[in-house]
Formats: sequence, C-alpha cells, structure tokens
Amino acid sequence: MSERERLHEVVKERPPPEDGQTPVARLGLGLLRFFSAFAVPVVAFIILWLTFEWLRDADANRAVIVLVAVAVGVLGVFLLYWAMDFAVNRMPERWRESVRPWVFVGPALVILSIFLLYPAINTIVVSFRDATGEGFVGLENYGFVFSDDGMLRAIRNTVAWIIVVPFFAVSIGLGFAVLVDKLQRGEAVAKSIIFLPMAVSFVGASVVWGLIYDFKVFGAQTGLLNGIWTAFGGDPVSWLSKEPWNNLLLMVIMIWMQTGFAMVILSAAIKSVPDDILEAARIDGATEIQVFWRVVLPSIMSTVVVVTTTMVINVLKVFDIVFVMTNGESGTEVIAEQMIRWFFRNDHDGRGAAIAVILFLAIVPVMAVNVRRFRAEEAIR
Amino acid sequence: MTTTTPKEVFGTESTPTPSLVRRIFDRWQVKVAIIVICVLWLIPAIGLLISSFRTSALIESEGWWTFFARPFDTAQWTFDNYATVLDQRGFGNAFLNSLAVVIPSTVIPITVAAFAAYAFSWMEFKGRYILFVAVVGLLVVPLQMALIPLLRLYTSGEFFGVATPFPHPINGTYMAVWLAHTGFGLPLAVYLLRNYIGSLPSSIIESAQIDGATHFQIFIRLIVPLSVPALASFAIFQFLWVWNDLLVALVFLGGTPDVQVITQALAELKGQYGQFEHLLPAAAFISMALPLLVFFSLQRYFVRGLTAGSVKG
Repeated sequence: MSERERLHEVVKERPPPEDGQTPVARLGLGLLRFFSAFAVPVVAFIILWLTFEWLRDADANRAVIVLVAVAVGVLGVFLLYWAMDFAVNRMPERWRESVRPWVFVGPALVILSIFLLYPAINTIVVSFRDATGEGFVGLENYGFVFSDDGMLRAIRNTVAWIIVVPFFAVSIGLGFAVLVDKLQRGEAVAKSIIFLPMAVSFVGASVVWGLIYDFKVFGAQTGLLNGIWTAFGGDPVSWLSKEPWNNLLLMVIMIWMQTGFAMVILSAAIKSVPDDILEAARIDGATEIQVFWRVVLPSIMSTVVVVTTTMVINVLKVFDIVFVMTNGESGTEVIAEQMIRWFFRNDHDGRGAAIAVILFLAIVPVMAVNVRRFRAEEAIR
Repeated sequence: MTTTTPKEVFGTESTPTPSLVRRIFDRWQVKVAIIVICVLWLIPAIGLLISSFRTSALIESEGWWTFFARPFDTAQWTFDNYATVLDQRGFGNAFLNSLAVVIPSTVIPITVAAFAAYAFSWMEFKGRYILFVAVVGLLVVPLQMALIPLLRLYTSGEFFGVATPFPHPINGTYMAVWLAHTGFGLPLAVYLLRNYIGSLPSSIIESAQIDGATHFQIFIRLIVPLSVPALASFAIFQFLWVWNDLLVALVFLGGTPDVQVITQALAELKGQYGQFEHLLPAAAFISMALPLLVFFSLQRYFVRGLTAGSVKG
C-alpha cells in the first residue's frame, strides 16, 4: 500500500464529525456551540470593560497607563470584531450569511447613531429649550442669536473671515503654484515651506504668531510687528486689542495655515492641464499672463471652487485661534467660539445649541457642493 | 543646456522668442517672488525656533530678531526652556497623554470603517445602499453640533432615559475621547474606504470565496493589505486632526493636569498671561515635533490624506 493510499484509508476510517452520535451528545454539542457563541464576545467585552475601569482609577505610572491604554484601544477593537465573527461561525448555518454583514457594518452604524445622529437631532431639540435644556421656549434662542450684540459681531466677523481667508489663501496659493511650476529646481522645497503650517495645530500657530503680535507696555518690544513699527518711529501698539484690525490679524494666522492646502491641490490641477493646449496658446503669441488667465485658470476652475468651499467650511468652524489669541474679546467673536462660550462659560444650553444649529445650516449648502463635486471626480477616475 | 528636446526646438523656431536677456529676467522675477513668499512664510517659524533656544532673560528683554546681529554669541543659547517645559510644566506627561489619545483614536475609526466599507462593497444585505448614503450624509454634521448632547450622555450615563452600557462616568477618560473622535471621523473614513475597497477587482474576492475563504479571512488577508494606500492617507489625516485638536479634548477629557493632552497644556501655558512667556516657544515646538516628523517622513500620503479630507464637515 502506498503512502498515499494509506492516508486515504485513515481519512475514510474517521467518522464524520457529528454523525452516529447519540441525540444527547448532539444536544450537548449544540449547547456548547450556542454557549461559546455568546460567551466569547461577552468575555471579550468584560475584559475590555475591566481594563477601562482600571485605566480610569489607576494610580500607576503614566507611561504604563498610556501603554495599556494604547494596547487596549488598538487590540480591543480588533478583538471585538474577531469575537463577533467567532460567534457567527457557531450559529446555525441558515442564519450565518444573513447575520454576518451586520457584524461588519453594525459597529459603525451603532457608533454613528450614538455619536452623530442622536446628538445632531438632540441639539436641534435643545435649541428650542431654555438654559438648562429642560423647559420649552420656542424660537427665543434664535431670536437671541440674531439680536445679541456679541452674536451679531460674531456673525459679522465670521462673514468677514469667510470672505477674506479663502480669498487670500486661494489667491496666494494659486499664484505660488503657478510660479513654482516654472522653477527647474527647488520646487519640492519651496512647496514644503508653504505647506508646512498645515501640520501645526491652531494652538501652536497661535503661539507662533504671538511672537509677531506681542505687545509690551514697558521695555523693549519683543513682537516683530511692534519691532518694525517702532523702528519706523511709531509708538508701540497693542495690536490684538485694536478693533477692528485685530480680526484681520487673526485671519492672517488662518491664511498662513491654509495657503499650503490651496497651493498643493491647485498645483496638482495646474500640472494636469495638457501641455499641447499651453503650447498652442504660446505659438499663437499669447504672453504668459494671457496663458494663465485665458487657458490655465478656466481649465482648473472647478478645483478652485472645491478648494474655496473646503476652506469656507474650515473657516466657519474656526475656534482655537480666537480662543487662544484673544479669547473672543475686543470684538473678535466668531460663531464657533460663541457656541462654546454660551454652552460652557455662560451655561446656557439652549443658546449654545441654537448657535450650533446656525453653524450646521451654514455648512450644509457648502458641503453639498463639495460632495457632489467629489462624486463627479470619483466617477471620472 | 547641451541637449534640446524637440519641443524647445519647435518653440524657438516658430515663435517670436523674447530675447535671452528678457527670458533670464523673467526667470529671475519668478525666483524673487517665490523666495519672498517663502521667507514671509518662514519668518514666524524661524522666530519660534530661535526663541525656543534663547535664555529667558533675553526672550523677555529683546526681540528674537536681534539674534541676527550676533549669531555667534553662544551665551544666548540654552536648552533650559525645553528641560523646564518637559519636566516642570508637565509637557512630558501631556505628550504621553496625546499619544494615548491619538493612537487609538486613529486605529479604531479605521478598523470600524474598513469593516463597514467592506460590507458596503462586497456583502449582500438589505438596505445596503440607503445605509451607505445615510452614513455619507452625516458628513455635514459639524462636531460642534454633537458636543452638548454627547457631554450630557457621558456625564448622566443615560440615553433616552435608559442606562447606557458605558462605565460611569465615562467623561474625562481616554475612552470618551476615542469614541468621540471615532464618531466624528467615521463618515469620512467609511466614504473614502468604500470608494477604494469597492474599486478593487471583484475577481480576487470571488476566487478567494471559491477557495473557501470566509468574509473575515478575505478581509484580513486580502482587503487590508491591498488597501494600504487608502488606509495610510486616512490614518495621517485623522492622526493630525486628533493630535492638533483642542476642542474635543477640552470638552471630553477635562483639564486636570494628569490627563490633559499637549494642545491643552499649550493653551493653558499661553493663558497664564506673561508668566511663562519664555517657555512658550519651546513648548510649542514640542507640540509640533511629531506632526512635523510625520510630515517629512510621509509627505506623499500626507498630502493625499489632506486632500481627501476636503469633504469633512
């Protein structure tokens, strides 16, 4: 008998897994399967829960806590999926394939319902309620939003932000992208320099610009702007409390941060304009400036729109810069910052919620443009 | 130039070319313009870098630009600011806390979104399309809108009057922040990953199924390795977003020194008016170190991640 045939015999001799067993044994096996289907996810969940409890109350070394937290967070999520799949595999066959998709999408749907859908609806409801979020007050909060001095200033400022920041960031980014395209060397370095501020937090950027806008009542000026100003014979100025110019100074920070984003995307668009069109225009005697306005700009217009709308959304939500630089004082309020102020400092849930709803209503149309555009692009690709 | 491409030959023959002087002048203008913009962009960063290494007496008594008058005077340099910030002002701790927040806050949404994206692309179930559209629709909800109800949910431990499964109180724990960031990042992640995973060739998935692989195995062994570029760009976007975030940390993590993340620590240090002014530049640099490292090492993915993020509400 060859090796192979003997193997065959061995396989044949082994009884098929469940056949030929007594009903009791089969029931026992079924129960075991049923039990493990539940037990494994439950045990996984309990382990995670206990670690969370420990993390919250532990008094251990920070580094150890951090390590455990990272391990639990990273491995925990995978463990949960694995345990759920384990459970599904032990279900009766006819259920398996109809349950499995829900193991895959279920967690995402649950998280989204709890963390976005429910809060969004709840915020709309609370925006019709009073300071504690209990009593119904109708449209009072919205009336407040459009009549309070601080809020009106915030709306005015936000509109200014929406116009100024995208305009300058996109213009400078576009100009830079066009110029840098003509360089033979150093394009990557130049782009990195402009793009770099994108990696920095708003708080970090505020510290950076603090060194520019700083004002000292006594002694030498340590802020660059005052340094230059006094060198030309001016008296030191407290720039950040100088209405309404302080708003402009805060916008400069945002422009500094966002120009790189516009530049990178527009640069890619410019490079995708076909060379033969440009060449044809040049042969026809167009100057470089004409080529830009008549050929390049029209062909990248849709990208310019996307970059601008994206930036409008970013600007609408700007909070950190104002919060850290001026704390919304000296007439520098913006909508997103007011929302936090009313909710956390003035403890008025209803008004905070109403401001959040306004923010949402402002974002929806801009977002619709973006998503439609993104889908069109995906369809082409 | 010794070699000429056909294009250049063509160009010089058929157009009334500007004189050589004129062309060089053009180049020169372009270069100057680029250099001016770059210098303008760099000035604030250079100011920060210089200030972070100067002695506290100098920082308070003169502008950082005076450094250029005497760059070789070594007495003005010091590492003290960094040492003080890391040690006494708790930035070492805050850096660790930021890591504890940012790593799971990046991994969890990617995992959850990748599983969901796979199901939306390659599994049959009722309401698949409608659910996907609903998920993408949530892109428009700004996170400001979720803050108030979530904070209540966290502090009360109740959800529509029913006790939640969260350990109570969850507020002020890492998990509170992870879950919040996961929720806020999910619509974008599902959307991007579904576009990518859905565009993978169906033949590989079908042949794996014929070989008897389960969906779970296909996902782990095939889909995840094939989707690395998409996963990486979202990971970088989310990483930067979470690392640089102040608002979510402020609301859900609370401000106690032992848990606060690095942006909170920095904002607080800046808030202490004037008192710690000499420490701010060093502190800011510490907070930027990791994003900058990511920026320089993964620039390609980084740019793609940020462009992909253009549809986040």
